[in-house]
Amino acid sequence: MTYIQKPINHHPNLKKNKLGLTRRDYEGAVSSLCAGCGHDSISAAIIDACFELNIEAYKVAKLSGIGCSSKAPAYFLNDSHGFNSVHGRMPSIATGASCANDDLLYIGVSGDGDSASIGMGQFVHAIRRQVDMTYIVENNGTYGLTKGQFSATNDKDSPNKYGEENPFPPVDLTALAIQLGASYVARSFSGDRDQLVPLIMGAFQHKGFALLDIISPCVTFNNHDASTKSYDHIREHNDALGKVDFVPLGREIIANYEEGETVEVNLHDGSKMSLEKLDNSYDPTDANLALNTVREKNDEGKVATGLLYIDTKAPDLYETLNAIDKPLNTLNEKELCPGSDKLKTINQGLN
Amino acid sequence: MEKLQTFDSLVSKNDFVIKFANVNGSGSASANQLFAKAVFRMGIPVSPKNIFPSNIQGLPTWFEIRINKDGYLGSKGSVDLSVAMNPQSYNQDVEELNSGGYLLYDSSWKRNFYRDDINVIEIPLTSLCVESFTNAKQRALFKNIAYVGALSVLLDMEYEIFEELISEQFASKKNLIEPNLKALNIGRDYVLNNLPYPIGLTLERMDKNDGKILISGNEAAGLGAVYGGATICAWYPITPSTSLAEGFEKYAKKFRVDEKTGKNLYASVQAEDELSAIGMAIGANWNGARSFTATSGPGISLMSEFLGLAYFAEVPVVVFDVQRGGPSTGMPTKTQQSDILACAYASHGDTKHVMLLPEDPKECFEFSAMAFDLADRLQTPVFVVTDLDMGMNDWVVDELEWDDSRKFDRGKVLDFEALEKMEEKFGRYHDVDGDGICYRTYPGAHPSKGAYFTRGTSHDEYARYSEDGEINATNLRRLVQKFKTASELVPDPEIILSDKKNCSGVIYYGSTSAAMLEARDMLKEEGIELDLMRVKAFPFNLDVWDFIEKHDYVYVVEQNRDSQMRTLLMAEGGISAEKLRSLVWFNGQPIEANFIAKKIREREPEKI
Repeated sequence: MTYIQKPINHHPNLKKNKLGLTRRDYEGAVSSLCAGCGHDSISAAIIDACFELNIEAYKVAKLSGIGCSSKAPAYFLNDSHGFNSVHGRMPSIATGASCANDDLLYIGVSGDGDSASIGMGQFVHAIRRQVDMTYIVENNGTYGLTKGQFSATNDKDSPNKYGEENPFPPVDLTALAIQLGASYVARSFSGDRDQLVPLIMGAFQHKGFALLDIISPCVTFNNHDASTKSYDHIREHNDALGKVDFVPLGREIIANYEEGETVEVNLHDGSKMSLEKLDNSYDPTDANLALNTVREKNDEGKVATGLLYIDTKAPDLYETLNAIDKPLNTLNEKELCPGSDKLKTINQGLN
Repeated sequence: MEKLQTFDSLVSKNDFVIKFANVNGSGSASANQLFAKAVFRMGIPVSPKNIFPSNIQGLPTWFEIRINKDGYLGSKGSVDLSVAMNPQSYNQDVEELNSGGYLLYDSSWKRNFYRDDINVIEIPLTSLCVESFTNAKQRALFKNIAYVGALSVLLDMEYEIFEELISEQFASKKNLIEPNLKALNIGRDYVLNNLPYPIGLTLERMDKNDGKILISGNEAAGLGAVYGGATICAWYPITPSTSLAEGFEKYAKKFRVDEKTGKNLYASVQAEDELSAIGMAIGANWNGARSFTATSGPGISLMSEFLGLAYFAEVPVVVFDVQRGGPSTGMPTKTQQSDILACAYASHGDTKHVMLLPEDPKECFEFSAMAFDLADRLQTPVFVVTDLDMGMNDWVVDELEWDDSRKFDRGKVLDFEALEKMEEKFGRYHDVDGDGICYRTYPGAHPSKGAYFTRGTSHDEYARYSEDGEINATNLRRLVQKFKTASELVPDPEIILSDKKNCSGVIYYGSTSAAMLEARDMLKEEGIELDLMRVKAFPFNLDVWDFIEKHDYVYVVEQNRDSQMRTLLMAEGGISAEKLRSLVWFNGQPIEANFIAKKIREREPEKI
């Protein structure tokens, strides 16, 4: 059996959201990933975010490439259409799909091999074009399905499970995304649900390209003591730039931060991101500061997490293309075909 | 002292070939096109072909115009009048000129040509333009218009047509009309005052172009995509397909902009590469919008992985392949039909694709629109396979037609209402009707029904991942069934039978038509009759097999080295190699009637 449907029975008193749905209604098939895989925690966080935001699953499209991470969309949102495409090419599928219908929420799930190596070209161009989507990289620094080769995000000198050190420096997808103009860039850790869920919620409500680079340890190949992408290493070196909370449209902000300055960012749909700054100098709307901070923390051996950068004004691809508000996939013959009279005029111009 | 002429000058009315030899990037193409259009306006069948280098500026470039009163518009392969404007290529231009032919050159720098059997026409074009224009750019540019003016007198053409064309061309830049007419008259006046005219080659008005237009296949295919309801064009620049995407945009800008909001009812995205272009087109089609990409051979190679996904996951997509010379980067600006197998079997694993093979720009328009219906109906990639010759050159074809009662065939799509009524569980790959084609849904169609997971991995009827070999084999067999259904939906071949019985058959396709029909007529006059079949699509239908069955020998005429269509016929129909006689031409120029006739003539006696 290669596909396991989850049993539909659940506790009758499970909490329901505004749509009357429980968290279980947002689940997918049973995961075939390794027990303890960070990716499963991310799927759970996506489910939480959808539940909290009262998202209608059928208005979501889940897209992925190839690899362990790309299997994940099967494990959440059963009622959404999904598209598991080819290795590294999910961004182009997302680009075409979002041009066809701007009304859906596009969740792309990729991995470090899928995005930072084979799909680097598509990754950067989807950002440049500001495709309106949430792009999640489940980053474990290794090729899991092919059994433990280094990926392009693996840290230099970090050894694999056989003790061989990686001779090449890593690609930092967040820095790259900020440089290319992604309008929402965050980094988080699969094991930090408190930070992750609000960041995912913010990404879903954001208009434009939202990158979530989520360190997601590979328990089988890259969770050993010397790995810089292990649970222990990340827990030890995680340097959160701020405490993030997401405030959905219409909900009051509960001031639960005792110290530090709190900054609010208004998202496209009227909802808010509330950021409690741990470091007073950090301003996530400053791209240069974001780039420097990512780099500095990295130099200190730390991993900067949290909402690194946000720009709520950048136009997305659909807007840039000046396409009509009605989704292009709903147009009919009458709207699309110029008809025989126009063709006569064209003929006249060609003789 | 006038030299005594020792040869017969060519004399012909409305039947000759002019070849312009220019320097690439010198602005000659538009002047040459002006000339071709003038011939067209005189009602005379004409076929202009741009023979250009892969270069922006400096290399030699040619523009060959065949004029033929009988309407034979394939390439002829010989030149009667050479307009030699490029000293770099003088040797070649002089050499290929027919005996008794005419050579017009810029005699601002006089020279002798070694042949004594041609007429040399000297016009000091550069000097004349230097005298008349002050701006350096104008001097260079208007030299081209000046030789067109000279030709108009030498060939006895109607001057009014040129005036008319120039005013039309510059309708929006009126200040350019006057200098263009001035340049035209510089050439005209020089001939009128200094040279004997007309020469032996002349043009006289006919009425052969009533109901005809002059259009390139790429522009026609782009227009066809607008008519066929394409909303998303994803493309990457590559010669010779670029003007197809541009053609789509040109007409979309005209017909697909909402008057009230000024917003577009289309989107055109220039991708970062061909992989992305096909990915976008697949993503859009998966989401229910008609989308296409246009490319050439190297692009097909790059798109292959994605094409396998679209085949296996059953996502419609239209791919235009404007073929050029291969393999590899090959001859990017020359024509061939060498992607037949690459398209038919694109991608790894057992894959087969539908191909439409238009013969001219009119069919480019029709097959383009048809491709979107077929792709949706069959839920699979559909290739429209054209080539550089018909794609980039303007061809004389019948006016384009559209039936307003025609409806888009979106195929088997379950919308909200259909899903609502559905009692059984939706299975994306469940062959309900037995024709191999299953029902699909668009994302967002229904809150609780119809969602499925599209994947390139092996899957069961409900689109669930399965490693069960039998389930996968059943699915693969269904795709064969679907391909069989495709053979019933694609256009039938065009069969032209001779009156004579037991003659050999000929199979040909695409841009070969013009040369093939001319060769057929040439051979008929010699007593060699042929039955013709023009294949318009793959998969082949019963008519194709029937035609082959009924002939002892069938020539397969095509523009590639390896007889790719012949291979395809052998592979798909189990036809014996002896029965199909390969007749190939692959030098990058459009195929010529003389060549086809010669090759058939050589082998036909075997039968008699």
